Amino acid sequence: MTLDLLQMVGFGLVATFLALLIKEQQPAFAFLLTLFVGAMLFFFLMDYIEAALTMLDDLANHANIEPVYLETMLKIIGIAYVAEFGAQLARDADEGTIAAKIELAGKVLIFVMAIPIFRTLLETVLSLLPGA
Amino acid sequence: MAYDVDAIFQIAGIGIIVAMIHTVLKQMGKEDWAHWVTLIGFVVVLYMVATIVDDLFQRIRSVFLYIGG
Repeated sequence: MTLDLLQMVGFGLVATFLALLIKEQQPAFAFLLTLFVGAMLFFFLMDYIEAALTMLDDLANHANIEPVYLETMLKIIGIAYVAEFGAQLARDADEGTIAAKIELAGKVLIFVMAIPIFRTLLETVLSLLPGA
Repeated sequence: MAYDVDAIFQIAGIGIIVAMIHTVLKQMGKEDWAHWVTLIGFVVVLYMVATIVDDLFQRIRSVFLYIGG
């Protein structure tokens, strides 16, 4: 695990250096390099994220939580990661407006995904109220 | 490990070589050729990047969307 971390940091530093080198002549290539390395590091991390999520899934199964809730939560986490990834890349290329829109899209989608859970919560609270 | 450090050097190398060719062709007065070279190099790199981004998105989809579902 430590070796993997060293490897990822090494990737990052090498890519940073190379991107600095190209940025002078061809900024577009530097951006593509950044995108490539970002995707690559994220790709490595997916193994660890998968392990953590599997553990979470086991816990939820033991606790008899309805799978719909866990699924929604995982989707929300996924949306957050992906939106952050895209927004930071866009901001890196000095496209603040697009970055803001990507973040907005992430926020709206998260809100929409959370609506069924929110409705269930409201119904539970209402059923607890006397005379409802 | 599906991807290694070679790919980074590949992309950076393509970028540097394209920049070099661009400069040389410009010095020779062939501006339109220089632009074509840049465009072709860009498309090649874009293809590599698109491939890995596609892989990443497939992986994200399989990890986040189908666990427990």
